[in-house]
Amino acid sequence: MDETVVVEPIAIDPLVTLGEHVAASLGDAVLGYEVAYGDLTVSVARDSIVTVATFLRDDPKCRFIAFVDVCGADYPARELRFDVVYHLLSPHLNQRIRIKLQADDVTPVPSICDVFVGANWFERETYDLYGVLFSGHPDLRRILTDYGFDGHPLRKDFPLTGFVEVRYDEERKRVVYEPVTLAQEFRSFDYLSPWEGTDYVLPGDEKAKN
Amino acid sequence: MSEVDVRNFTLNFGPVHPSAHGVLRMILELDGELVERVDPHIGLLHRGTEKLIEYKTYLQAVPYFDRLDYVAPMNQEHAFALAVERMLEIEVPRRGQLIRVLYSEIGRLLAHLMNVTTQAMDIGALTPPLWGFEQREKLMVFYERASGARMHAAYFRPGGVHQDLPQALVDDIGVFCDEFPKALKDIDTLLTNNRIFKQRNVDIGIVPLEEVWGRGFSGVMVRASGAAWDLRKSQPYDAYAEMEFDIPVGSNGDCYDRYLIRMEEMRQANEIMRQCVAKLNAPDGKGPVASTDGKVVPPKRGEMKQSMEALIHHFKLYTEGYKVPAGEIYAAVEAPKGEFGVYLVSDGTNKPYRCHIRAPGFAHLSAMDHLCRGHMLADVTAILGSIDIVFGEVDR
Repeated sequence: MDETVVVEPIAIDPLVTLGEHVAASLGDAVLGYEVAYGDLTVSVARDSIVTVATFLRDDPKCRFIAFVDVCGADYPARELRFDVVYHLLSPHLNQRIRIKLQADDVTPVPSICDVFVGANWFERETYDLYGVLFSGHPDLRRILTDYGFDGHPLRKDFPLTGFVEVRYDEERKRVVYEPVTLAQEFRSFDYLSPWEGTDYVLPGDEKAKN
Repeated sequence: MSEVDVRNFTLNFGPVHPSAHGVLRMILELDGELVERVDPHIGLLHRGTEKLIEYKTYLQAVPYFDRLDYVAPMNQEHAFALAVERMLEIEVPRRGQLIRVLYSEIGRLLAHLMNVTTQAMDIGALTPPLWGFEQREKLMVFYERASGARMHAAYFRPGGVHQDLPQALVDDIGVFCDEFPKALKDIDTLLTNNRIFKQRNVDIGIVPLEEVWGRGFSGVMVRASGAAWDLRKSQPYDAYAEMEFDIPVGSNGDCYDRYLIRMEEMRQANEIMRQCVAKLNAPDGKGPVASTDGKVVPPKRGEMKQSMEALIHHFKLYTEGYKVPAGEIYAAVEAPKGEFGVYLVSDGTNKPYRCHIRAPGFAHLSAMDHLCRGHMLADVTAILGSIDIVFGEVDR
């Protein structure tokens, strides 16, 4: 391992070359690229995702023909709160690529189902768990959550315990939905060092002020 | 009414059908016995794993991975451990890597034995599962002797593995590697040339090579169609680079090819296990099993009795955990069912900000409609069996 550590700074990372190639070929569609932890991430404009995906699949220098994954991520502080993250694989280059775009819960993201058929369920999942809409998707239904489920559970503002719980009701002879009741409050500890300043009042501090 | 009113028949398959491999509900639209449309309804086993992981420290997140593909639990932990290690930039000692490879291959045997034999059961043969489960039982005892649990092991931790293997266990795995080929041969003689088995599997559920990639297929589904693609070879992780093994490749991409590939992969897995045992017994295979970085891997019990520092580390690591530098990563392993990936986003705290789990079965099951169209109703179970679905990982 020591040997490779010495060699690496001299050789140009093939991922950087690849990122430059993608950025140069697609122009405005690509907002930037970055190589971190051995992964290439390309940020793209929301409306150009189909162009980008098609290019990456068909370009002879890329050939990212293998679809791997689509998922979402939630950053509530941002105006466009969601990231939609695509992963593709090029078996020819033996490289992976990550494509990211930003979205909100109102404006739809163009679906890449026509480019990669396998994206169908992954986009449904992203819609189900985050509420990101996809335009041009053949069948945008919920997929993982219950029939008649309300809300998008992986959003950061959705509580871990959810809102409803189910049980079998012996009298009515069927499963019933009820608001969730907690025997004990869910415990969440603050592990960021409190003596570096907190944004809440530490227990006991209110007495000191009087 | 001069015209005869002809309409398709809609059948509800599952969610508790024995060949639904768990809790799959499929709405089948049938024209006579021909399948016209399949609509799988999944999510009946959805437990919100990804949401739960966001509220746990990195170490506490490990056991959730056992509960995804519960047929080969440690292979899932492996992907998570690799992701965290790459972000922390820590190296796993060689013995730790060898143990991981050994147990990943045990997991592969567990999964393939389960799949091959229950697929045979789905199409009418009862003996193979009985024979296969006898071997699985032995393998689960190896799980138990290493980790204390037959299935939900929580054994691969970021930094290495939890505990070293006792020498007696390594020796017993060596003995198993010598006996297993005979057991596999028995299953092979029951199935491979069996007329009924072939009639039910050959030319059923064909996937041409052109469409495997775009559908997000991986693992056996890709290899059966003719692509020699295996992450253990192409993007080797841990000690796979030094193992010698072959990748079986199919030519027809049908259910029978997938069966044959799983059988051959079991033979190869057995060989890898044998190599691991030899390497673990060699002098350079001794040493620590987990990273010696005290800020990530908790100290051993004995050290804690002697060293105040070890005691503090133990307390801090099991309450607060360690902080992972901010960033994002995608780490994948060749799980028995295909490419199992973990997309991890860290915000620099002790809990993952986002942990997306890319399950191979999810992509495979999404092609169910495409694979089953035009087949007979009875072929649905054969196809479902051969794409190897476990609901723990599909529903997450």
